[in-house]
Amino acid sequence: MSVVEIKELTKRFERGNVVALQDIELAIEPGEFVSLIGPSGCGKSTLLRIIGDLIKPSSGTVTVNGKPAPRARADHDYGIVFQDSVLFDWRTVAKNVALPLEMLGWDRARRKERVDEMMTLVELQGFGDHHPWQLSGGMQMRVAIARALAFAPALLLMDEPFGALDEMTRERLNMELLRIWDASKSTVVFVTHSIAEAVFLSTRVVVMSPRPGRIADIVGIDLPYPRGAQTREEPRYFELVTQVREALHLGSDLDQVPVQ
Amino acid sequence: MSTQPVAVAPVPRGALSNRVGRRALDWAPAAVVLVLALVFWQESIAVFNIKRFLAPQPSAIASAFWDHRSELLRAGWFTFQEALGGFVIGCSVAIVAALALARWRGVGRALMPYAIAANAVPIIAFAPITNAWFSPFDKTSKMAIAAVLCFFPVFVNTVRGLTSVRPASIELMRSYAAGEIDIFRRVRVPTALPFVFTALKIATVLSMIGAIVGEYFGGSFNALGVLIFSKSSTFDFEEAWAGIGVACAFGIAFYLAVAGLERLALRGAPSTEE
Amino acid sequence: MAVSVATTLTVLGVLVGGWELYRWIWITAGWTWPFIVDDTSMPHIHTIVQALFRRPTSGVGDVLVIQLFHAALFTAKEAVVGFAIGASVGFLLGVVMSEWRVLQRGFLPYVVASQTVPILAVAPIVVVYLGSLNVAAWFSVAVIAAYLTFFPVAINTLRGLQSTDRRAVELMHAFAANRWRVLWKLRVPAALPFIFSALRVAATASIVGAIIGEAPSSIQDGLGGYIVNFNQYYTLNPQNLWATNIVAALLGISFFLVVVGAEKIVVRRAPEHIA
Repeated sequence: MSVVEIKELTKRFERGNVVALQDIELAIEPGEFVSLIGPSGCGKSTLLRIIGDLIKPSSGTVTVNGKPAPRARADHDYGIVFQDSVLFDWRTVAKNVALPLEMLGWDRARRKERVDEMMTLVELQGFGDHHPWQLSGGMQMRVAIARALAFAPALLLMDEPFGALDEMTRERLNMELLRIWDASKSTVVFVTHSIAEAVFLSTRVVVMSPRPGRIADIVGIDLPYPRGAQTREEPRYFELVTQVREALHLGSDLDQVPVQ
Repeated sequence: MSTQPVAVAPVPRGALSNRVGRRALDWAPAAVVLVLALVFWQESIAVFNIKRFLAPQPSAIASAFWDHRSELLRAGWFTFQEALGGFVIGCSVAIVAALALARWRGVGRALMPYAIAANAVPIIAFAPITNAWFSPFDKTSKMAIAAVLCFFPVFVNTVRGLTSVRPASIELMRSYAAGEIDIFRRVRVPTALPFVFTALKIATVLSMIGAIVGEYFGGSFNALGVLIFSKSSTFDFEEAWAGIGVACAFGIAFYLAVAGLERLALRGAPSTEE
Repeated sequence: MAVSVATTLTVLGVLVGGWELYRWIWITAGWTWPFIVDDTSMPHIHTIVQALFRRPTSGVGDVLVIQLFHAALFTAKEAVVGFAIGASVGFLLGVVMSEWRVLQRGFLPYVVASQTVPILAVAPIVVVYLGSLNVAAWFSVAVIAAYLTFFPVAINTLRGLQSTDRRAVELMHAFAANRWRVLWKLRVPAALPFIFSALRVAATASIVGAIIGEAPSSIQDGLGGYIVNFNQYYTLNPQNLWATNIVAALLGISFFLVVVGAEKIVVRRAPEHIA
């Protein structure tokens, strides 16, 4: 059973009669790491939010974990990480990570145990009593990831989480993320506008074209895991980056269809 | 002074270690200013030969305070009770109203301009009327005016705080399938707290002003405002100024108490530094 | 903040209706809590309106509404001058405190404490003292209005100046701007929303200050004087005091609207993105 199954998905925004997404068909299998990449305005963030039932589709179906998206959201089947870490200033780091667990009604002992586990997973043990603004951007993002994984969801949705960070922190967090993904055995849908990042992280890269957002191509990434610094220097990596890049350019050229 | 206090976004506080250093050395300049001011006051009275009426020497005021300290402090306590009562009533009603208004956003948005306009009314002009409603000798009349004065700033600021949440935080909570009440409890209320405390601090000062202005239009002989005015009219200026000093002291203490509560409640979160 | 005429009329209608309804219920039921309702404590709205068009002092002088209008102008004059003085002083104080931390630590506690002084008690002293220096009484009241006005402006100017984006300051330094350039070209413009927020408060504070200044100082020409007078005859003629309150309220709101209007013209900013 696919973790995410999208059929004939279309999304219009009434205001400008803008077609954000057109006839999207996508199936994501358990354990995959799927990146959504495309130029600004191609609807990748919108698609992510539709999967998370934060935006309703105009037509088509979205099934998450075999259930309709709203049920999946109500059942806490996924965790989400935004580009802005969206941590609560008035809570300590530990309490931030514990937030979803509180909402799920876990008791204090269980919460503490899981929070400690998560903090270790993202390598921030010892920072539990700090406040978000005392941490660097990269550290805040790790806290956000810890929070998203706190209740061990099957699916992790990430919307350009490393977009606001510098290149080196980004590359480090890329490897961290792969390690965490491997350890947690979750499925990841990852929105990015960095080709290098998409190729480095994913099992498949979904290339999207700008308005109306369509899937231009899906590039399978056959680089072996575990990936590391050396992966970025392999010839196959560069081939795949080029392949994705060409798919992107091709995708933009397709945008000659007039919008009604 | 009245009306809408500065509903300003909180200014981030520095690391915890800085706060400890704030205590001792930071108060030095203020202490210096105080000493200089008192000395200047004391000397210039003599040098410029300023009449007693305007400003007796601090030493004279101090001795007048000492001689009548129990009377003055009792009167101050009486007036403070009026202020405190008004403060509690006005602020609680304001917070409840704000919670209700933030809950029903449509109504809230429609009514906000009127609340803000009501905030612009010089409510102090209303003081004689509350004296007519309740007996002037009863604390209730002053509590009423203090409560009305406190209401609007706290109301406007609390609503502002409750509704100034970042959309991303709401989205995050929705991803947890959180209901409106959960969002309220976990996000809106904590976000609003700094705003609420800013307003509460201002309300402390407003409530004292309300009490004393109310007393001007008629009050019990046990009240500080009445004491000050009657001493002024019998040319006991030293004692009148001592009374003014006591009023200040109660006002400052009240303000500091609420500021202290703010420190406790907002432990760790970015606060409204003054 | 869209305020339509229709909504305003509705709100006024609700207020008037609510008043009369409350009156009717309490009188009919004979309830005494929170206070006894009768023609003295809550006159009919129409008697208040009628009183505006009668002469308050039996047959002499203008009708009440004209008198109150002149009084309002008198008070407004004091308030405007007080506002100008207070806002300028407050602004300068805010700038000084933000540029030199020592001065901030030295003065800020007293700026805050200054508002705990019961100015009502001090007002007559100020009027008499300045009068002995041949200053017009109304100007002394303006000084008192300034006393209430400077505080919110000082506090908010300080806060606004302090909350400038550090990166913007660094940018200015990259342009070799000295501290004054940074102040005038960056900090102050960036602080304008804060300052205007305070000016809205200050507008009303200046009117309150003017009224409080007039009341104990035996100044007859302003609204404060009328309030004191009508207070003495309240039981005979409650309508007059209520009418004065309404005029004072209108004055306060007009001042406020003027500042809001000025803000719209002066400050053009990206809309706040809030939920």
